Amino acid sequence: MAKVRLVQGNEACALGALKAGASFYAGYPITPSTEIAEHMAEMMPACGARFVQMEDEIASIGAVIGAAATGAKAFTATSGPGFSLMQELVGYAALTEVPCVIVDVQRMGPSTGLPTLSSQGDIQQARWGSHGDHSVIAIAPSSVMETYYQTIKAFNLAEKYRTPVVFLLDEEIGHLRERFEVDPDEAVEIIDRKQPTCAPEEYLPYENVEDGVPAMAKFGQGYRYHITGLTHNEKGFYSSALPVVDTFNRRLLGKIEDHVDEIFESEEFFTDDCDVLLIAYGSVARSAQEAMEELREQGLKVGLFRPITIWPIHEEKIKALCAGKKAVIVPEMNMAQYAREVRRIVPSETPVIPLSRVDSELIIPEEVAELVKEVLK
Amino acid sequence: MAKKSFDVQVIAKLCKACGICVSLCPKNVFDRAADGKAVVSRPEECIGCVSCELHCPDFCVEVMEKEAE
Amino acid sequence: MKPAYQKYFRDNLPHIWCAGCGNGIVMSAWARAVDELGLDKNNMIGVSGIGCSSRITGYLDLHTLHTAHGRALPFATGAKMARPDMDVFVFSGDGDCSAIGGNHFIHACRRNINMTLIVINNNIYGMTGGQFSPLTPFGKKATTAPYGSIDRSFNLCDLAIGAGASFVARGDIFHAKQLTDLIKAGYQHKGFSVIEVIAACPISYGRRNGIPNPADMMQYIKEHTVMKAAAEKMSAEELADKHIIGVLQEINEAPEYCESYAALCERVQGGTK
Repeated sequence: MAKVRLVQGNEACALGALKAGASFYAGYPITPSTEIAEHMAEMMPACGARFVQMEDEIASIGAVIGAAATGAKAFTATSGPGFSLMQELVGYAALTEVPCVIVDVQRMGPSTGLPTLSSQGDIQQARWGSHGDHSVIAIAPSSVMETYYQTIKAFNLAEKYRTPVVFLLDEEIGHLRERFEVDPDEAVEIIDRKQPTCAPEEYLPYENVEDGVPAMAKFGQGYRYHITGLTHNEKGFYSSALPVVDTFNRRLLGKIEDHVDEIFESEEFFTDDCDVLLIAYGSVARSAQEAMEELREQGLKVGLFRPITIWPIHEEKIKALCAGKKAVIVPEMNMAQYAREVRRIVPSETPVIPLSRVDSELIIPEEVAELVKEVLK
Repeated sequence: MAKKSFDVQVIAKLCKACGICVSLCPKNVFDRAADGKAVVSRPEECIGCVSCELHCPDFCVEVMEKEAE
Repeated sequence: MKPAYQKYFRDNLPHIWCAGCGNGIVMSAWARAVDELGLDKNNMIGVSGIGCSSRITGYLDLHTLHTAHGRALPFATGAKMARPDMDVFVFSGDGDCSAIGGNHFIHACRRNINMTLIVINNNIYGMTGGQFSPLTPFGKKATTAPYGSIDRSFNLCDLAIGAGASFVARGDIFHAKQLTDLIKAGYQHKGFSVIEVIAACPISYGRRNGIPNPADMMQYIKEHTVMKAAAEKMSAEELADKHIIGVLQEINEAPEYCESYAALCERVQGGTK
């Protein structure tokens, strides 16, 4: 039975992780994500899951990947500075195709910035933070309830696609307390990594399979294999042979990008019937939605597209939604990090107007409404 | 009791010619070939100390006790 | 027929290491140790970082994790916590362990998770061609110390002891049989075991410091290592350029982390917090 109570976004994330089957957490304290570690430290021992506080964020994600290699559903939570430190190993997880979830509760940056204030400044870092070409999945929820369900989805996607998934909360959602009505026994879809069915000596941990996602054996189940951050062949051993490297890198990107239809999730309001389309995500989407509702009451044709999946970006969908609009407005708490993607995708005849705030104040509905009115003038 | 005797083998394809076995052998069992690799020249001298085997960085020296004839 | 200990090797030799490199000697000492202990390949995890020594995991027929530079211990921590029933061996080098991985090293010593760390100390960054590491002795030459290093070096075992490691030993590649015994003792110790191995890099270290020949390097190591018992009777001056070998620290009372965690879980699940 669902009990209604007030829950903070960070707690919802912790609850969602446990529901998803998270059996390992490693982290380092950092505002505004610390509550997640605190909840895990409290809840995990009760269900036999493992919690460890590491010496820094690099160690945290290292421990997460090590645990994940043995089969654990593992995750960590951090914020900008910690996420920056983790980047090398985010790339390691991507290249070695070890499923894991990295929660980044975004705060104002760069550097130490404003630790207690909200931001959406890590949108591009989530995609390109680690060196080299690789794919990644990133998700940005807009409410506490959605944080719970999308955390479960983050683990599922990590397992299904053998990839790190970046869960992009912003401080606003992380610290927001709102109505939370979830039945803890509710049946939800839980996905586990594909297991090999062949004999151990035939196992190819990095096989070029059709869907791009090879089966991943758990350590200790008879499939002894090698995981390396070096570019490797299908067996998992270092290779610099040109076709091997090329095939490998293309599969790594393709396994995510080619499945954008399955991965991508979004919400649309009046996108067919609007002159101005708002594109907003995370906490800012709430302001955008309220602005839209007020403007529509005033008879202005405004719509909202709210990507929940930030990466991979659904180019076709965005292109189709923006076609023929008078303008596309992208309010976000950064200097147009998502707007630049929209601009890249949308034909140049449609103006894409960023509404950026980087003074640590939230974007309020009135600001959005004002800009829409100005555009429609 | 008969004196123990040993078979000493060098797997040439794995040998990198470091010379460690040659220098550590207390009985001068090995020589070095023109390419520097170890060759077993005097196996009958081997006392089975396995110093060569323990110190070979390339796992290419093996000492086996011969069965008594 | 292959010697018994080689059943722990994958079928991908020869390895990449240079002629006379100490890494192979450590690899066989380790394999002899686990063979004598009768350990099951299916129950072992090998973890390493980056560097020449860290390539060892590629040759071991275990579940192996070749991780990022300096990060082997965090990965191993996660793996062991998730599977405390499996045996975890970590292989590292002097640069990997004491420079970029230095923080993880001291915290692993403090945390005391039951796994075995083997640090192959060849005094140099070999993979990148011979730069000085925190374990390069003062005054020795490297490509980034062409006039001799003015950096003071760590004593890795003292560092481990200072950080609370419950088992600390030092061996070397000359005393290869003893090295196997030290690895066995480290494995048998319940808690985090550190085994530093004084090893040779004739190419990147030896050539620049007057010992280019692998056999001479072996002799050099023989002459610069002293058994712990003998060292106790020697003066500080006599020990100045020597490595003391043997078991240097063994504390059996230190709580092992995975056991403490399991006890904590039991406590919480039993309703007593």
